[in-house]
Amino acid sequence: MRKLLALVLLLGIAPAFAGVLPEDRADVLYHRYQGGGITIDGPSVLVRKKIGESFSVSANYYMDMVSSASIDVKLSASKYKEERKQKSLSVDYLHGKSTYSMGVIDSKESDYVADTAFWALSQDMFGDLTTVSLSYKRGWNDVFRNVKLADGSKTRDPTFADQADSRGYSVGLTQILTRNLIFGFNYEVDEDEGFLNSPYRSVRFATPGGGFQLEKEIYPRTHTSNAASLRLKYYMPWRAALDGSYRFYTDTWGVIGHTLDMTYTHPMWKKWIFDGHLRYYKQTAADFYSDLFPRQGSQNFLARDKELATYDAITVGLQASYDFTIPRVRWIQKSSATLRIEHMTINYDDFRDATRTDPANGIVAGTEPLYKLNANVFQAFVSIWF
Amino acid sequence: MRLVRIAFVAAALVVVSSACTPIQPWVKPFEREHLADPIMAFDRNPVSSAYLDHVFEAREGARGASGSAGGGCGCN
Repeated sequence: MRKLLALVLLLGIAPAFAGVLPEDRADVLYHRYQGGGITIDGPSVLVRKKIGESFSVSANYYMDMVSSASIDVKLSASKYKEERKQKSLSVDYLHGKSTYSMGVIDSKESDYVADTAFWALSQDMFGDLTTVSLSYKRGWNDVFRNVKLADGSKTRDPTFADQADSRGYSVGLTQILTRNLIFGFNYEVDEDEGFLNSPYRSVRFATPGGGFQLEKEIYPRTHTSNAASLRLKYYMPWRAALDGSYRFYTDTWGVIGHTLDMTYTHPMWKKWIFDGHLRYYKQTAADFYSDLFPRQGSQNFLARDKELATYDAITVGLQASYDFTIPRVRWIQKSSATLRIEHMTINYDDFRDATRTDPANGIVAGTEPLYKLNANVFQAFVSIWF
Repeated sequence: MRLVRIAFVAAALVVVSSACTPIQPWVKPFEREHLADPIMAFDRNPVSSAYLDHVFEAREGARGASGSAGGGCGCN
C-alpha cells in the first residue's frame, strides 16, 4: 500500500508547471484491472481550478474496489473483497517564474490508513528553456490485520497493529533542446521505516518428501531506494509525437530494475488522437527473496512476494481520444472522451506456481511450473476544460 | 608547448567571455509552436497516467522518478 501513495503523488506534483499554472479541467475516469485472479475497478475524479491569477487548486477522489483470489491468496488465505478510498487536495502558487505546490493525501482501507503531505517547487530559467523542480513528501501509515469471524464478516485483529513512515526526495529537470525536442531528467530517493511487509503473506519452506509448509514473511524494517530516469520527446514532421524514456532503479534490498517506455502519438481526422504504447521492465530479486526456503527460519529476513522476484514484463497499450463540443454550454471550452487499454505479461524466473505441487505425481516443491501473469488494464474517461 | 599555451589562453578567453554574457535562449518563444502542441505535453492526461503508474508500481519492485519536472516549455 505504501506504493499507492507514492504514485498518486504524481497527481499533485507533476502539474507543478513552473511559470504557468495548470489548466482548469475536470476528469471523470473509470478504471479496471483484471488478471491473476484479481479484479480491481473504481472511479477517479480530478478537478483543477484557478483562483485569481496566482493560485490553482486541485482535488482528486479515487477508489479501488478489490476482489482477490490471487495465487498468494489461494496458497495461504481465502478470497476477499476490499475497498480503498483516497482523497487528495493540493494548491499551486505562481510567483514570477516559480511555482510552489503543496498538498495532502488521505487513503483509507479496513486494514491500512495512510496520510501523506508533500511540497514541491518548480523554477523556470534560461528564457524558459529550462525548468528545475524539487519535491519532498512525508507519509505516516498505520498497518492493521483483518481476521474473519465465524459468520464470515471481517474485523481487525486486536493483537496486531504497526506503523510505517516514509520520506521521499526528488529533483527534476526539463530542458528544451531544439524546437522539436524536449529532454527530461528525474532523480528520486525514497526511504521507508517500519512494518514494510504484508501481515497476511507467507513464505514456504521445504519439508521431507517433496512438500512444503508456510511461515510468515519477515522484511527488514528499513528500505531506501534510488531511481533515475531520462526522457526524450520529439515532434515528428507530420504532426505526431514520439516519447521515449529509460529508468534505472536500485535499492537497499538488492533489487535492480530497468524500465524502457515508448509512446507514439498520432492525431487523425481533426478530432481524434491515437496513442500506441510499449513498455519493457526487468528486475533482479531482493537479497532475502526465495521461492522455496530450505527449512523453517533459515534466515533473518524472508520474502516470497512476486514483486521482489526476478522477472521481466512487457506491456502493450492503445489509446483513442475523441474531441467533441457540447452545444450551448459556453463555460466548457473543450471536451474529450478517451478509451485506453493495456495488456501486461509478466514472466517470473524464480516464482513457481505452488498450487500445483503434487509429490505423489512427481511434482515436488521447487519443480512446479514457473508462474506467468497476464492482465488487462482498461480506462475510460471524459475530460472537460473550462 | 606553444600549442598548449595557445589552447590555455583560448580556453580562458572562452570562460571569461561566457561568464560575462548571459545565456541566450537558443529556441525563441516564437519557435515553440510545435512544443506548445498538446500532443507534446509530458503528461497529457494526469488522471490516467497517475492510475497507470500506480498499476505498475503495485506489481513491480521499482518505484520513483516516473514523474516529469512539469511541461516547462514556457509555451503557453
